[in-house]
Amino acid sequence: MMVVKKTVGGRIFTVFNTLFMLFMCVICFVPILHVFWASISDPALVETSSGILLRPLGDLSLNAYKIILRYKGIWTGYKNTIFYVIAQCLITGILTVIAGYVLSRKRFRYRNSIMMFLAFTMLFNGGMIPTYMVVKNLHLLDTYWACLIPGAMSVFYIIIMRTAIQGIPDSLEESARLDGAGEFTVMFRVILPLCKATFAVIILFIAVGKWNSWFDALLYLPQDKSKYPLQMYMREILINNDTSATQNPSVGELMDNAQLYKTLVKYGSIIVSTVPILCVYPFVQKYFVTGVMVGSVKG
Amino acid sequence: MKQETAQPKKVIGYIENGGIKAVPHNLAVDFRRNKAIYFMCIPIIVWYIIFCYWPMAGIVMAFQRFAPAKGIWGSPWIGFDNFTNFFTGPYFVRLLRNTAVLGILDLLVNFPAPILFALLLNEVKAAKFKKVVQTISYMPYFISMVVICGLIVDFTKSGGVISNVVASITGGESQNLLGNPNYFRPIFILSGTWQGVGYGSIIYLAALSGVDQELYEAAVVDGAGRWKQTIHITIPSILPTVIIMLIMRMGSVLQVASDKVLLLYSPATYEKADVISTYVYRVGLQNYDYGYSTAVGLFNSIVGTALLLTTNAISKKYSETSLF
Repeated sequence: MMVVKKTVGGRIFTVFNTLFMLFMCVICFVPILHVFWASISDPALVETSSGILLRPLGDLSLNAYKIILRYKGIWTGYKNTIFYVIAQCLITGILTVIAGYVLSRKRFRYRNSIMMFLAFTMLFNGGMIPTYMVVKNLHLLDTYWACLIPGAMSVFYIIIMRTAIQGIPDSLEESARLDGAGEFTVMFRVILPLCKATFAVIILFIAVGKWNSWFDALLYLPQDKSKYPLQMYMREILINNDTSATQNPSVGELMDNAQLYKTLVKYGSIIVSTVPILCVYPFVQKYFVTGVMVGSVKG
Repeated sequence: MKQETAQPKKVIGYIENGGIKAVPHNLAVDFRRNKAIYFMCIPIIVWYIIFCYWPMAGIVMAFQRFAPAKGIWGSPWIGFDNFTNFFTGPYFVRLLRNTAVLGILDLLVNFPAPILFALLLNEVKAAKFKKVVQTISYMPYFISMVVICGLIVDFTKSGGVISNVVASITGGESQNLLGNPNYFRPIFILSGTWQGVGYGSIIYLAALSGVDQELYEAAVVDGAGRWKQTIHITIPSILPTVIIMLIMRMGSVLQVASDKVLLLYSPATYEKADVISTYVYRVGLQNYDYGYSTAVGLFNSIVGTALLLTTNAISKKYSETSLF
């Protein structure tokens, strides 16, 4: 083994680079940590403190979380978001597999024409208002469908899926056919299991995207707040500064302090809405890495 | 000869393009053979017609004084009046400038940032530490835009962490930075860097891990230091990836993240923050001026498409890599 002589400059660089990487970690991590410490601190001290919290201030208290527990909006949002995520994964997942399968069949004469038909929509689209008018004319506004159907398909996912399916040899389908398998059996029992890694990536993209989405709800749920996803309630609390719904009489002794807890309720709701995704992402990130790779190679 | 007669006997429907060799394509025969395929196409095509092509037809609203009660067939046609109103209106220059400035700043800052980060991270030799840094740096990407903007609002309010830092640098009072138009662009761009730098570096790190290690060994033998290795080996080997990513990014430079702007701006900062897509949202869905906002949106998407086609054509010519 060759001994590499380390230069002084090289060492200095290593030190600074390591420091920079630590700095990056701190920058990325500390805001959420700050929010967490603040949410369990003494509200009066949080209001007057300046700077990042590295530990909770004053006595630990879970009062902010007690208020959030009584706030129906968050839990309605939670329930709706979970529903939207599952439903969107099902709808988009199935449609993407079907589209990818159909568009990769060499025996299907019109596959390229249809691909062009779909791909054109990446280049040009009607825009926000005409799409809104379509949703309105279909009487989808203020229904659960409004958050699911208009975003049900994406050419990007279809291309990824199609590319993965194209990599599977035709002979597998042929032999399944000889054994008497029908089209759907071939698709779901032969083809899909062979590209389940790609399929998992697509489902993850859909799920994370849906968990964090709010714009479709803003557009297509103009009246019905009971169908809002979590992020729309978060927007009311964080951006529109509307925590009025948290000040409901049932909170009892905490009600007098509702104004005092306003900031803490914001922090607490950030934690409550973000913790699930923060717990999941370290385990799924490697799939996202694959997704980014596939997506950028196939463009 | 033997093969040709054998062909039709082959299991139904394995022939390319759904026909039989030397027999002209017959839709009826093909349909019978591949019935399931045709049926599976129906939901896909119907969805695309309804949610992508029908809205394209809805663009005619841009040429009408559209009244929802009268619909597209009953609304009066006014030619290009909506467009003329927009181009001569008070907001045209402001909207175009804001959209272009935010888009270009985003490109200038947030395109190189992940490359730089990937290059530096690549120099970290401790594998475990590298992995931890990577994982933590992806974190902001997974946090929702609403929460990110909530954090921004909180940190830049009067007395917020960032406001205090800015105040101590400029020597002024801690103020609500988001209410000050001059701070909107830095806040928008730098928060984008914070959110995207780790995740954006994925693709470059992958390219870096594919570099042949023997090149480095050879360079060491030749007496090249780390800096020289970076300049002569690392950077040239990720250049193709960088170029592809740049092309893809150039095409969408005017597609400023309107949802983020919508969350962060306020009438006080419209002067610097209002972009075309947020204007379309306000005019169309808050003032119900459908025809006019469709016209503005159409202008935006035509410029966007033209940009995409131009960058694609340029890249096709010079780098032989293109999106289509």
